[in-house]
Amino acid sequence: MSLQLLFENIDEQGLNTIDVYRRRGGYEIYKQALAMPRDQLVEELKKSGLRGRGGAGFSMGTKASFMPQGQMDKYLVCNADESEPGTFKDRELMFKNPHALIEGMIIAAYAAGANRAFIFIRGEYAEVADVLDAALAEAREAGVLGDLSLVLHRGAGAYICGEETALLDALEGKRGNPRLKPPFPANQGLYQGPTLINNVETLMTVPYILRMGAEDYAKIGVANSTGTKVVSVSGNVTRPGNYEIELGMPSREIIYGLAGGPPEGREVKLWFPGGSSAPVLTKDDLDLPYDFDSLAKAGSMLGSGAIIVVDDSNSVVDVCLKLAKFYRHESCGKCTPCREGTNWTVKMIERIKSGEATPMDLDVMASVQSRIIGNCLCVLGDAMAMPVGSMIEKFRPEFESYMEHVRLQPQPVEIQGAYAEA
Amino acid sequence: MSAVPRYEHGSRVPGWDDAADLTKDPAEVPDAATTPVPADLRAEIEDFMSRYPDRRSAAIPALAAVQRRYGWCTPEGVEQAACVMRLTPAYLMAVATFYDMLETEPVGKNTIYVCTNISCSLHGADELLERLLKEVGDDPGFNVRAFECLGACDIAPMASVNGVYVGPIAQDEVVDLVSQCRGGEEPLPDKQLRKRKAAGT
Repeated sequence: MSLQLLFENIDEQGLNTIDVYRRRGGYEIYKQALAMPRDQLVEELKKSGLRGRGGAGFSMGTKASFMPQGQMDKYLVCNADESEPGTFKDRELMFKNPHALIEGMIIAAYAAGANRAFIFIRGEYAEVADVLDAALAEAREAGVLGDLSLVLHRGAGAYICGEETALLDALEGKRGNPRLKPPFPANQGLYQGPTLINNVETLMTVPYILRMGAEDYAKIGVANSTGTKVVSVSGNVTRPGNYEIELGMPSREIIYGLAGGPPEGREVKLWFPGGSSAPVLTKDDLDLPYDFDSLAKAGSMLGSGAIIVVDDSNSVVDVCLKLAKFYRHESCGKCTPCREGTNWTVKMIERIKSGEATPMDLDVMASVQSRIIGNCLCVLGDAMAMPVGSMIEKFRPEFESYMEHVRLQPQPVEIQGAYAEA
Repeated sequence: MSAVPRYEHGSRVPGWDDAADLTKDPAEVPDAATTPVPADLRAEIEDFMSRYPDRRSAAIPALAAVQRRYGWCTPEGVEQAACVMRLTPAYLMAVATFYDMLETEPVGKNTIYVCTNISCSLHGADELLERLLKEVGDDPGFNVRAFECLGACDIAPMASVNGVYVGPIAQDEVVDLVSQCRGGEEPLPDKQLRKRKAAGT
């Protein structure tokens, strides 16, 4: 097992209580952080090379430095609306070590100059929210929060609220519709005030960075992707779960070494390296180092660090339909390309499944995807268009043979995954 | 392709083609004098409102409180929340209809969300949902529905049973699960996520 920071002692009995967390060295480093000048703290965060763990991979220190100076209400928001299919790292981190998040938020709030902080947690995580509530009560009683107001806000089930501006709307008590950017949240965010938004894992890493020193942290991992990352591996693997890795680890080692690979006799057909919104990769890409830049160069992204493995017993058409249906359901409906594009993509894949499609439909479908990307307020539409587009591109022969196979059936039937071998 | 199901009035959505009743006054913020609100519900909503700089931020927690009390966001409940929050009921209904977990129709008491996203469906989630629906039948005490990724792909196929995450659920455990819900017991105690250790340890 490689270096462990966030996952060290993760299963220790009672780590979610303040006593055990303190015994493990918790709630010490924040005092030093609060004694530092603000600029120096932001500089430390920049030096660590920590990139946002929620999906975009933006430098956390740089984001914090965008916060304006001056006396006004400023906000820190923790994005705990972990809804990206395949991602479940924040759930385990918050459930088992909630105080690390609180300590990280105290430090980040100071760095951002924020006097009010919120944790927006998805409503489905009721069990996790209860743990956080208890931890917050303990932290308040112990006086570690100082004069920071930290409120836990439970959502009510909407994927779009993981998008930062939709999250802000939901937190303001509206429907979760994304906003036009700019202005970015650092200038006009929550209640029109300057707002720093970070993912759970990003904020939780902050105390660990300061404990070991930013320079030492920057030595972990590879250039431009420093530190450790908790990856959620799921799908057709024998040992699904969260694994903390050093960035830059070969993907094959994560999928086969840690997660056990696909079941006996099966091999990887495709995998999503960063949640279901990431363009798919194939078995030829398994030797890619798992870091931000290598995956971007391969045409995909690290995203939220969720690897979904699909083995060769499954049909790419089924995966494609599942995926498109999800985004159709979750599209908030504000922008036309996304609302209509997701809907029509589902209809076109259903056409393929019912045996009415021709290979020309694949071109139409691919062109729909390219017309969604970059044309909406947020990236939800892109999040469907990119993986669907990449599936058509990389698995076109399979789509075509599927169409041919279904077309020759006397009646539309449910085709099992192994049709290609038949 | 199968024909698109339509309602008698031609629309695919109930009530969309009905003209608005222009003779009615627009709904305003409910009058506190004529809207009785149970004291504990009022206290709960006011507590939520006190946590935020803007009272409207309490919309989702307030609707969740209404749902906990009445089983779903009933028109009376929404009106009561609107009265406490000094908002129009329409504002709160707009919020309630956006979010998956807020119910705007009557539903059964036992809520089972079955995750049917990619990772779970690779492990038979669609079949699990079908079995659950069959086992529950037309029992009005249940609200079984397919749900988007619940963030527990490590225990696929899984479900959230009254807020408790359980998985991986074997197909033959469906009968037990439903009877445990009927008897008000803990769902599949050995399969609860909260008891699971981190992977690789």
